[in-house]
Amino acid sequence: MATPLSRLALRQPRSLAQALRWLRDDGPLVPLAGCTDLYVGVHFGAAPGPCFLDLADLAPLRGIRLRGDTLSIGALTTHAELFGSPLVRRRLPMLAAAAREVGSPQIQNRGTLGGNVANASPAGDTLPVLAVAEAEVVLRSADGERRVPFTSFYTGYRQTVMRRDELIVRFEIPPVRGRQWFRKIGTRAAQAISKVVIAAVRAPAPRVALGSVAPTVVRLPRTETLLASGGTLAEAQALLQDEIAPIDDIRSTAAYRRRVAANLLAQFWAETGRPVRAR
Amino acid sequence: MRFVLNGKRADVDAPPLKRLLDVLREDCGLTGTKEGCGEGECGACTVLVDGVPVNACLVPFAHARGRRVTTIEGVRGRAAAAFAREGGTQCGICTPGVVMAAATLGPRPTAARVRAALAGNLCRCTGYAGIVRALAGRRAAPRPRVLAASRAAKTTRG
Amino acid sequence: MRVVGRSVPRQEGLDKARGAARYVDDLRFPGMLHARTIRTTIPRGELLGVRLGFDPNGFTIVDHRDVPGRNVVALIQEDQPFLVEREVRHAEEAVLLLAHEDKETLATARVDLEYRREEPVLDPERSSHAFKQIAIGKGDLGRGFAQADLVVEGEYRTGRQEHVAIEPQGVIAVPSADGMTVIGSLQCPFYVQKALAVLLGLPPQSVRVVQAETGGGFGGKEDYPSIVAGHAALLARKAGRPVKLVYDRLEEMAATTKRHPSIVRHRTGVARDGRLTALEIEVLFDGGAYCTLSPVVLSRGCLHATGPYSCDNVSVRGRVVRTNTPPCGAFRGFGAPQTVFAAEVQMERVAEALGMDPVRLRERNALRPGDTTATGQRLGEDASALAVLREAVKRSGYHHKRRAWRGTGRGIGLALFHHGAGFTGSGEVMLASRAALELTPRGARVLVASTEMGQGARTTLAQIVAEALGVPLGRIEVAEPDTARVPDSGPTVASRTCMVVGRLLEACALEMKARLGGLSPAAYLKRHGPLTITRQYEPPPRGAWDDSTYRGDAYGTFGWGCTVAEVELDPVSYELRPTRVTAVAEIGRAVNPLMAAGQVEGGTAQGLGFALLEEVVMRDGRMANAQLTNYLVPTTLDTPPIDVTILESPYRRGPFGAKGIGEMPMSGPGPAVANAARSLGLDVRCLPITPERVLECASSSTESVPTSTRRR
Repeated sequence: MATPLSRLALRQPRSLAQALRWLRDDGPLVPLAGCTDLYVGVHFGAAPGPCFLDLADLAPLRGIRLRGDTLSIGALTTHAELFGSPLVRRRLPMLAAAAREVGSPQIQNRGTLGGNVANASPAGDTLPVLAVAEAEVVLRSADGERRVPFTSFYTGYRQTVMRRDELIVRFEIPPVRGRQWFRKIGTRAAQAISKVVIAAVRAPAPRVALGSVAPTVVRLPRTETLLASGGTLAEAQALLQDEIAPIDDIRSTAAYRRRVAANLLAQFWAETGRPVRAR
Repeated sequence: MRFVLNGKRADVDAPPLKRLLDVLREDCGLTGTKEGCGEGECGACTVLVDGVPVNACLVPFAHARGRRVTTIEGVRGRAAAAFAREGGTQCGICTPGVVMAAATLGPRPTAARVRAALAGNLCRCTGYAGIVRALAGRRAAPRPRVLAASRAAKTTRG
Repeated sequence: MRVVGRSVPRQEGLDKARGAARYVDDLRFPGMLHARTIRTTIPRGELLGVRLGFDPNGFTIVDHRDVPGRNVVALIQEDQPFLVEREVRHAEEAVLLLAHEDKETLATARVDLEYRREEPVLDPERSSHAFKQIAIGKGDLGRGFAQADLVVEGEYRTGRQEHVAIEPQGVIAVPSADGMTVIGSLQCPFYVQKALAVLLGLPPQSVRVVQAETGGGFGGKEDYPSIVAGHAALLARKAGRPVKLVYDRLEEMAATTKRHPSIVRHRTGVARDGRLTALEIEVLFDGGAYCTLSPVVLSRGCLHATGPYSCDNVSVRGRVVRTNTPPCGAFRGFGAPQTVFAAEVQMERVAEALGMDPVRLRERNALRPGDTTATGQRLGEDASALAVLREAVKRSGYHHKRRAWRGTGRGIGLALFHHGAGFTGSGEVMLASRAALELTPRGARVLVASTEMGQGARTTLAQIVAEALGVPLGRIEVAEPDTARVPDSGPTVASRTCMVVGRLLEACALEMKARLGGLSPAAYLKRHGPLTITRQYEPPPRGAWDDSTYRGDAYGTFGWGCTVAEVELDPVSYELRPTRVTAVAEIGRAVNPLMAAGQVEGGTAQGLGFALLEEVVMRDGRMANAQLTNYLVPTTLDTPPIDVTILESPYRRGPFGAKGIGEMPMSGPGPAVANAARSLGLDVRCLPITPERVLECASSSTESVPTSTRRR
């Protein structure tokens, strides 16, 4: 049964500073942006709340730009804006690829990168990308700015290091050297939640991250080290099994996830080992 | 709260967190936008906000402030006639959402583009064939062949 | 002017495409209340108490004690209550009804139910209560197996399937001094009238049921709306105000009827030359907690269980049993998709065992004109199994692809099937359907209880009348299905509307034309006054049906179909992707070819969902994935192009030769996809064929499964 509206309130700050002050002084306030996860929760009576903070008009949270060598993406950037951005497509094609696979066109037009990250689902499609890109999450509170490496952002199932008075304002991504690769295995061909999702970079020091196989998105440090030091693919696939902890759930099975994760590693390795072919 | 609805200025008094879907259907009396699931999965509630398709069941009314909202009632053009003619609509409940989601397609889209644009719209009646035919034409989704049974193939070999 | 056979646009098409068509939730009445159903949360036990955790001021509250008539949903067996009295037989059973002006107040009202739990029966194989048992016998099984060179056995399973009509259940009840009016999203207005008359203790004429524009049915709105309507009516009666009851998607998925899950066992005797010598089949359906339509679903399932094949020695024994789960009910195909799945995968395995081409085996045994079915029905000239098989095989390039695709990860498979049109056996006689045609100044008005739910009934019936009467299509109106206005033409189910009701209307129109004698309608009315012609169903002269022995003519005639599915196996994800489907259907005559194709395309897509994606996950007797995010209906990207060929072979007793079509396409995709998977070395015997099951299959198979080298 839907959460009753009359019990919910919306605060609409005019500036980031005001938003942060309210978060510190008038909490708890739940930030609200694209609402593509939040309103599903509201509909099923499982939303946090009851007081929400509307981030929609906060300009510092928008924009995609290059700051020197670093790609800076505002938290309010929608998935459609991500794959529509020539800069993202050029610098971080695996993020554009992930953004295209989130939900549906309607969801992509509203859902934001910040929302995908803050929602903290282990199945979030953009999360493995940010993990292998070694993005930095830029957080702001009324007390100032804090930067957290994306790979340290999650502490457990749906748990982040964010404090209640903090907002994600942007993501900063250093240049990624190497060939980028992304694939999502969803429950069906569109409008799907991922059953296994992988982002990877082929470089002398390869990087691999997986979603939906553990309580949080995971990098595979030991598998990466093995691949970097010339280990075989079969050895890497075996080691990978120790670095993930998939479960049986309503969508899939642990056995399937284990096998497919290994297959995805192999596909990544095979496809990025070839000379570059024009797309 | 002020916004533009189907090309006209509107000023509607409704709670900011009320779903845009409910504001349109209840406060504005526009029942063309439908609720099929309430969880952003079926696309029956698709409307355009600043020209871009979104699920109205997942948009708080506050986010429509100052924006151009277009519903099926505000759509002109030949899509409706094509849907009626090419079997793009059967029970009709998904059709408004489909027409809205298809609004971003250019004049002669390919079948692939149609399917991609409509990946967030569920139809249970047509198998999407009539919808592709209505939007991409008969070459993209041919009409059925009709033959006398006596003219069917005479052998299973080959 | 020829209008039958033309793909005229549907009458209400522009309204639908412009968002101007009005469905139940678009309607409003002055003083209207909203309603909500409080349901059980355990699968079996005794209800000990109901505690209201809210201020009842402003609420209308109804429980079983408010039932003025009888607390039973009148259908086949009278075992299902509208509202729980004491015994809880399934989760999501309705206990209490609430109505209030304000949706939010309604939604937040808290009700606590207290139970004494009992151990539920959730496994149909452990159930001790059968709603119905059926036995079909022909020849001598013992002799048949003695003649066999090979015997093949197999067990096949399918699960529940949810309709997911995009418009959920909804009804508005409006009370009046001496009765009740109900406007609803429904397929069968007279079913609802009958159920409400019993519930409310009123004569049927005091209950008026009107069908609103309906956003999809597929059988889910055949009997369930009687419950929704009864609930709304009880509240409306108590409140003295109109009450709107519309389900949200979660409630719809969790509480309403589903396709019956099946376990079907085959034992087949076959001679070396491919001739079937013995078919021994056992059918088990899980009916859920109450009888609803289970006996008829079992009947159709059993009557199609042999597939469209001729065999001298047949035994089909079927049972539909009770479990403590939400009752199953009608769903397009009505038992046949389940048994055809088993029959067609079994045929494929028999071909494999013989080392024979699967097409040749089917061709060898397909029913031909003059053959008799398992019930002893002799088939007429319009038995087109061979025509649909040959056309589908040729059109799809089946043999060439099968050879070329070996070892590439692409597969092709087919299924051959038939579907009896109309009610089984004596069903149509019992229905005694009536249709009427009323002369109007411009033309005529069709008066039938048949409902438009997207399949095109409104338009095709008008086409039949226009052509028979000799009047332009635009001059034919079709009245709203309103029990106060139209005769009982029977339910809009069983692929019977065009064939049975259309035929009645054709007869009405021919008689009207004769009576007009060349006068225009306006001139006739001026000279003679009003004219309404009514016709009632008459059974065909031969082939009576015996319900006790299950022998005779089970159906007036059959439609025939063949589906060929092409798939691609992804080596990384084990996803089986359908890339193309070829569907051939012989349906007598296509009154409106585009609409007929629409039924084939839509039924095929729903069948693909059944084959690959749609799985109702049950936990402790409840649907655990009752959200569209987890119950997977095919999207545009999950549905391939569908190539449709309609074959015409006129049926003498159909209007302009037409038979039924709505359900038949549902039977093809499940087995066609399973057989395509089989061509890839995957021994699949249950649906849906999820990637997880493909992995299990591939892991346990001794041969290596060829996989596609084509990149995604």
